[in-house]
Amino acid sequence: MATLIAIPILGLLLILQSAIVSRIALIQGTADLVLLALVAWAVQERVRTAWQWSIVGSLLVSVVSAVPLLAILAGYLLTTLIAVLLRQRLWGVRILGMFTATFVGTLITHAMTIAALQLSGTPIPWDMALNTITLPSALLNLILVVPMYALIGDLANWIYPEEIEI
Amino acid sequence: MNSPRTFQTVILTIIVVGILALALSGYLSTFSRLALSPFVGVQTWISTRYLALQDFINTPRDVTLLRLQNAELEAEIAQLQAQIIELQQQNSELEVLSALLDFARAHPENEYLSAAVIGRDPSPFLHYVIINRGSDDGLQRGMPVVSQQGLIGRIAAVTAGAASVQLITDPAVAINVVIQPSEAEASLEGSITGEINVVEIPLDTSVQPGDLVLTSGLGGSYPANIVVGQITSVRSRPFDLFQSASVQPVADFSQLDIVLVITNFRPVDISPLIPTPSAP
Repeated sequence: MATLIAIPILGLLLILQSAIVSRIALIQGTADLVLLALVAWAVQERVRTAWQWSIVGSLLVSVVSAVPLLAILAGYLLTTLIAVLLRQRLWGVRILGMFTATFVGTLITHAMTIAALQLSGTPIPWDMALNTITLPSALLNLILVVPMYALIGDLANWIYPEEIEI
Repeated sequence: MNSPRTFQTVILTIIVVGILALALSGYLSTFSRLALSPFVGVQTWISTRYLALQDFINTPRDVTLLRLQNAELEAEIAQLQAQIIELQQQNSELEVLSALLDFARAHPENEYLSAAVIGRDPSPFLHYVIINRGSDDGLQRGMPVVSQQGLIGRIAAVTAGAASVQLITDPAVAINVVIQPSEAEASLEGSITGEINVVEIPLDTSVQPGDLVLTSGLGGSYPANIVVGQITSVRSRPFDLFQSASVQPVADFSQLDIVLVITNFRPVDISPLIPTPSAP
C-alpha cells in the first residue's frame, strides 16, 4: 500500500512540476517537487518504504525528462540515504533534517545531472551551473520544504497510524 | 322693540362689507401677514417632523431593495467579466493560430501539424518542451519544430500521444546555420542559460549586428532557410581561429503555446558517410 500510493502521488507531483513549476524560474533554477516529496517521506519516523519511493520517483521522472536514468536514480537514492541518516540522528527535529537533506539533495542531484550530461558530450560549466541553476533551485526547494513536509507528514500519519498502547 | 337688534345687524354688516372691501383692495395685507405668520410657523414645524418620521419608517425598506439590486448587478458584472476573459483568451488563441496559418501558407513546400505545448522538462539543465502530439499523429523522432516566428527545435523522443522537443537553446544543440547577407556558414550552439551563440565563423567574413541567421540545411538535420535569429554582438580576437557571435532568437521560448511540426521532412543520417580513421 505504502509503495503503491507512491505512483499516483509522485505522478501528480511530476505533472505539476512539468506543467507549472518548471515555468517558474529563479534565474535559471526551478524547484523539484519530486525531490521534496522523497525527502519529506524519508524523514518521517514510521516510514519504511523510503527506498521504494525513491526508485518509483526516479522511474517516473526518467519517463518525462531527458536526463539519463542512472543520473536521476543515483541522485535520488543518495538524497534518500542522507534523509534516512538524518532521521536517525535528528529524531526530535525532523523538519531540520528535511531542510538539511533538501539542500544537500539538491546539490547531489544537480551534480549527478551535470556529470551525466558532461559524459554524454554536453558542455556545462560547473561555476555557471552552480550560480545560475543549483543555488537558485536550492533556495526554491527550501521555500517549499514546510508545505511539502506538512502534506507528506499527514499522508504518512494516515498510512502509518501511531500505535497507542492501552 | 326690534330696532336695537336691527341696528346691530346693520352695523355688523357694514363692518364686514368694509373689511372685505379693504381686503380686496389690498389695504389689509400687513394685518393678514402678521395674523397668519404664527400659523405658518407651526404648520411648517409639524410638516417637517412628519416628513422625517415618514422617511425613518420607509428607509429600511428602500435600503433593502437597493442592496438586493446592487447584489444582482454585481453578480451580473462578475459573469460579464468572466465572459470577457474567456473571449480574450479565445481571441489570443485565434491570433496565434492565424499567424501559424500564415506561416504555413508562406512555406507551402512543407506539411505541418500543429501541437500545443503542455509541459517542460523537469530538469533545469535541459531545454525541452512536451507537446500533445505523438506517434499516433504520425510524428517521428528528428522532425523539425517551428513557430510563426522561426525555428523552435527538433523532436527528441516520441510516445503514442506526446513528444519531447529539444529547443535550440538546449546546451546539447548544434545546428548548421548560414548568416545573411555575408553567406557565412557557421554552427549555432545553445547554453544552460538559454542564450544561443554562433561559433566557428570564418575570420575573413564580415559579420555585423543585425545580420540574420538561418538554417543552412547542411548535415540534413533541419530544412534550409528557416529563420533562427538575429546577430546582436560579434566577438573577434586576433589570436582566435574563428569569430563568434551572440544571437537573439526570433522565437520567445518562455511563451511557447502552439507550435508546428514539419511532418514531411526526414532528417538524413550521414554518419555512414563520415570516414572513420583506420587502425594502424
